[in-house]
Amino acid sequence: MSALLSVARVSKRFRGLVAVDRASFEVVRGEIFAVIGPNGAGKTTLFSTVAGALKPDEGEIAFQGERIDGLRPDDICRRGIARTFQIVRPFPALTVEDNVIIGALLRTSDTAQARATAHDVLRQLDLFDKRAQVAKSLTLPDRKRLEVARALATAPQLLLLDEVMAGLRPTETDRIVAILRELNARGLTILLIEHVMRAVMALANRVLVLHHGAPIALGSPADVVREPAVISSYLGAEAI
Amino acid sequence: MPLDIYLNVAVSGLLTGLVYGLMALGLSVIFGVVRVVNFAHGEMMTIAMYIAIVLFQAFRLDPLVMMVPIAGALFALGYVMQAGLINPFVDRPEHSQFMLLVAVAIIMVNALLLIFGPDARSVQTSYAFDSFAFGRIIVDATKVYAGLAAIVVAAALFAFFRFSDLGKAIRACADNYTGALVVGLNVKRLYALTFGLGAACVGAAGSMLVLIIDVTPPLGPQYTLLAFVIVITGGLGSMPGALIGGVLIGMTEALAGLLFTPSAKSMFAFAILVLVLLFRPQGILGKRAS
Amino acid sequence: MSRLLEGVPKRAGVLVFALLLALLVAPLFANDYLLTILILILYFAYVGQAWNIMMGFAGQLSLGHAIYVGLGAYTSAALYLHFGIAPWIGLLVAIPVAMACGAIIGFLAFRFGVAGVYFAILTIAFAEFARIGFDHIGYTGGSAGLFLPVAQYTHNDLWNLRGRPAMFYYVILALTVAVFLLCHLLLRSRMGYFWLAIREDEEAARALGIDTFRYKMAAVTISAGMTAVAGVFFAFFYNNLFPEQVFHISRSIEIILAPIIGGIGTLFGPVLGAFVLTGLSEGMTELLHALGIDVPGAKQVFYGICLLVVVMALPDGIWPWLARRLGLERRA
Repeated sequence: MSALLSVARVSKRFRGLVAVDRASFEVVRGEIFAVIGPNGAGKTTLFSTVAGALKPDEGEIAFQGERIDGLRPDDICRRGIARTFQIVRPFPALTVEDNVIIGALLRTSDTAQARATAHDVLRQLDLFDKRAQVAKSLTLPDRKRLEVARALATAPQLLLLDEVMAGLRPTETDRIVAILRELNARGLTILLIEHVMRAVMALANRVLVLHHGAPIALGSPADVVREPAVISSYLGAEAI
Repeated sequence: MPLDIYLNVAVSGLLTGLVYGLMALGLSVIFGVVRVVNFAHGEMMTIAMYIAIVLFQAFRLDPLVMMVPIAGALFALGYVMQAGLINPFVDRPEHSQFMLLVAVAIIMVNALLLIFGPDARSVQTSYAFDSFAFGRIIVDATKVYAGLAAIVVAAALFAFFRFSDLGKAIRACADNYTGALVVGLNVKRLYALTFGLGAACVGAAGSMLVLIIDVTPPLGPQYTLLAFVIVITGGLGSMPGALIGGVLIGMTEALAGLLFTPSAKSMFAFAILVLVLLFRPQGILGKRAS
Repeated sequence: MSRLLEGVPKRAGVLVFALLLALLVAPLFANDYLLTILILILYFAYVGQAWNIMMGFAGQLSLGHAIYVGLGAYTSAALYLHFGIAPWIGLLVAIPVAMACGAIIGFLAFRFGVAGVYFAILTIAFAEFARIGFDHIGYTGGSAGLFLPVAQYTHNDLWNLRGRPAMFYYVILALTVAVFLLCHLLLRSRMGYFWLAIREDEEAARALGIDTFRYKMAAVTISAGMTAVAGVFFAFFYNNLFPEQVFHISRSIEIILAPIIGGIGTLFGPVLGAFVLTGLSEGMTELLHALGIDVPGAKQVFYGICLLVVVMALPDGIWPWLARRLGLERRA
């Protein structure tokens, strides 16, 4: 098993507050890896260090065997890691198609080719019929899928999804789960941060549980939810 | 003694700078709360200056005494501008707000030109040539009065924001727009009040400045720029910063005018602005954004 | 050619050709006065288009574009006066000078994180710095001004840009058409898409692998270089340059009025805005003259009121509204 992404003893502090505390894990090529944890567990901070939005205080992050911690977000994206934002931020005044073309232009300078790539991606994400709409006119579920589409258009090896299911109704969640499964089946590795357990259980091959910034459990979804530490700290009375 | 000259010029620059600072304070208060950059700021100041001149020429009313009614008139102007014109623009992009205020500024400058013509106007008070001597330093009486008045007005404004309920409500609006809406504050009205207060500062500063400087309509845009320079130097949104920025720029301009050539003095103010933007973009007393 | 027509609605194409044709034959019917107004319109359309690259495409608000006009004008005029270098050669110096200045402003701003209102004020500061600085540069005449020799020209000397209004008219028309086409191509290029992404959301753009610093630098240098060309034209058309006028903040504001009123980020916006604003301004002069009102300021007050009305009624500018009315598609 060769690790596509390896995170080793990564810590990040904000004015003395430890947001991520020596987190270590590896994402293997071809898997869907989920990071879960209660609010304030440091999920988004960890995510941001991988995506390059934050520089870790300690530890190393390597992608395809090369150190990437502390690189700029655009550099990380060019190396093959694409991300979505927890609060979606499509380019509001541009059309759906143009949003995705911009992603595709990372790998080509030919706009016609980028448009063709964009159309492929839009079909995969069920957005092709809405390609002429302005992004700000889309509904939230559509905007979430647009965000994934735009990231996918950059032809990543690894897709980072930050709570892409949050705020969606169950039917919409299932729709995204199905799409992500399909993408994974075609060989895309996915690292997702998620709050919606239903989606994690359905999607993830392996799950990392964070609590107060530190990993407390790692394993298959079925194993992890049976861990006493996980139940007491996170799941508690919450129904699964 | 050359040293005396420098000291005299520095003190004179400091006093003028306090008046500049009061004007800039208005800009800072408006930006801090309404988040709109008032590109018609200097133009509003020239309006205040012309009001002072008319009152003086027609009724021999002293501008320093008329400071309060002039500030009141500018408050009304500011309130109406915010309520009628700017409130619908608070959510629009910066360039759109900018255009709106540029249009207002164009109207103001040229309306003054239309009414008063292009010639410079000034007031000649009975104390225009009085001066105070502090040891070896000799200062114009008008500048001392103006500087002191600027401090009094600024202190009153600080007190208003610190202690009055209305001032606290306005600060709440500035800190957290949504929160202010949630607790039921009438944000649009508070914005209008704030713009009015900012304009009142300009009105007071204008009544003082008219004692120091001759006014022509094209002075407006220059004072708008000066207010930007001061406010950014001191820290956009910081009230003490505006006064300190004003003093710094006032003294810099005065000394640069003495050491080099008066026509090049603004260059130093802009040089300070560029340095501040690059190395301390939040300004001397400003808080770092984000 | 196919690249140029790609994605252009047919009606828009027809409109452009009709307008171009009208502009091409205009000197046959217009007197020198009317021609001077048309030159002014095209000049503002040109600089508006150049400014639009920075603001309308890449979202960087420059309020100091007069500095690039001024640098272009002074560089070419000084080279002509002191060394007899023709403006077309002077252009080759003026463009890099302005681009270097744009690069310095851009580098300082973008590296030090100066953005939004602060960036706008930084650009004003540089222009003001230049204005006061040029007042004290004796080589270019200082505050007393720089003058190009003027004579009654019987023939047009295109190489040295000395001649009658019709020649200047065709020169500025060619420049305006060229910059229009260039902007059209830029907007459809990879860089154009990246600029739009930066304008819309810089952090999201960075997350898509866009080196935002590099593309913002490209926007400011390209825009500066294009604006300098207008400066060269300005110098040889007006024949006199005063720092107080060329670099003044009101010149910078004039430059951005047309694209904002016409429609920011659109190709037709700057052109339409220039026609509307200059037409309005000149029409007002005529009207007030006819009414016998000849007071300084009267025209500008009306002008300001019209501006206010347009800004309030059509916040996106006239062109997007007109385009919807005419049934023309809009992109970006």
